[in-house]
Amino acid sequence: MITFDKVTKQLGGKTVLNGISFEVPKGETFVIVGLSGAGKSVTLKHMVQLMRPDSGMIRIGDDIINEARGAELERVRRRFGVLFQSAALLKWLTVFENVALPLRELTKMGEEEIEKTVREKLRLLNMEESMDVFPSDLSGGMQKRVGLARAIVMNPEIILYDEPTSGLDPVTSRLIDKLIEDLRRELGITSVVVTHDLHSALAIGTRIMMIDGGEIVENASPEDFIKSNNETVKRFLESQYITRRGAWEKGMEKHV
Amino acid sequence: MIAPFKEIYRYLDLPIRSFRRLGNILLIACHDMGNALIMLASATLYIRTIWKPRARRETAQQLYVTGIKSLGVITVVAFFTGMILALQTGLELRRFGQEVNIGTAVTIVMIREMGPFMTALIIAASVGSAIAAQLGTMAVSEEISALEVMSINPNRFLVMPRLVALAVMMPILTVYTNILGILGGGIVGSTQLGVAFQAYLDNATRYAENKDLYVGLFKAFVFGIIIATVSCYQGLNTTEGAVGVGRATRQTVIISFLMILIVGYMITRLFYI
Repeated sequence: MITFDKVTKQLGGKTVLNGISFEVPKGETFVIVGLSGAGKSVTLKHMVQLMRPDSGMIRIGDDIINEARGAELERVRRRFGVLFQSAALLKWLTVFENVALPLRELTKMGEEEIEKTVREKLRLLNMEESMDVFPSDLSGGMQKRVGLARAIVMNPEIILYDEPTSGLDPVTSRLIDKLIEDLRRELGITSVVVTHDLHSALAIGTRIMMIDGGEIVENASPEDFIKSNNETVKRFLESQYITRRGAWEKGMEKHV
Repeated sequence: MIAPFKEIYRYLDLPIRSFRRLGNILLIACHDMGNALIMLASATLYIRTIWKPRARRETAQQLYVTGIKSLGVITVVAFFTGMILALQTGLELRRFGQEVNIGTAVTIVMIREMGPFMTALIIAASVGSAIAAQLGTMAVSEEISALEVMSINPNRFLVMPRLVALAVMMPILTVYTNILGILGGGIVGSTQLGVAFQAYLDNATRYAENKDLYVGLFKAFVFGIIIATVSCYQGLNTTEGAVGVGRATRQTVIISFLMILIVGYMITRLFYI
């Protein structure tokens, strides 16, 4: 379980997170939505200590990640896989080498075992054919799938997704959504997804939290989220053409 | 505020603001220097992992980029530096009938100062800026964050191979620069100043001491570490997208040039005074 307890962060004199507290239960797909600059990605970065809070506490199970240093931090970080917004693949390594990188750097696995593991993960994401290709020769959606393969190659307990569908066409976006959903269902992985794509949030989320101006304005199940009476949430839903009635019509059957 | 104080404050406002700005710049410089030294220490400690297959491959790649890929420009610059040195000193020495001594002048200046100095400037401008641009692009496209999250230390994975490559290649390239510079001087001496090539070479080796060579190579080694530290630090700390990458590249060249000049002077003073 991930727990944020009164976490505050200021950047350039502006309060980005204003004492937020929430919990991500194990095995859930927790979606954080909000407008650009609302503090979604900053929240995600705090979970793996790419940023440290000014005050408050962040627990990953029994580990307090904001206080972890050195080997302790590395141990906590190994519980995570992260899919970055840009996929963040190393451009001079092939798809295979990118996915194999954590195994080669952090484990004592032999090359044969590494190849077997990497093939297995790439097959899961339907990318086995592109193993010897460099990232620059792949489309955005394919790069994200490779990024996802790298994120799951060490069998993490938790996967963080930073805008997994941004810049992708609707078909590829739904494909990524399906992959996230499959990973949760098949591997029981806890997922935290940051997105401003509400269609995606409603499709994959088991819980949706909206941040606005560094504060939590809603934290509810998808069913309750679209029925929220909060004005900010209502405006956000309307901006993406989702109404209480429309959401059901747009194929959100899983919440019926 | 009372009128006279207002007037005084108006006059003092500019110096106070300038002083504050200067203080801020100094604080940032101290902070950056401290962090860069921590990065250097960390990368140095990771040299023990250089025998791992991936680290070995990456270091070999960096040695190739630093050494072989820079040879073309270094060849031209070294040759012409020696030729210019020989021509300038030779024309002056000719007034006293001492043009035969250009061998000594060129050799001592090349191995003591110009060899390491010119090599360092070329490497800072070509390899250093390329490292800053590459690592800077990685930083703004979240690749460095991805490494950190995977618990792969960027100081081990990226900085260490570049540090080793520059520290090893700089003295080797400096020897190459010295040889070409001295040869260039010899060609000018024999073709334009009437000094026989053999006489030039005899003169070149007569007064130069081993100490000159060692100090020159030590300088080159230190310059290599400076270029690696500055370029990696600037690259890894790049923010603000493409503009940031441009800024990191420019800063790398400027800071490296300044550090090379200042540290070069300090080493000369340390060994020769």
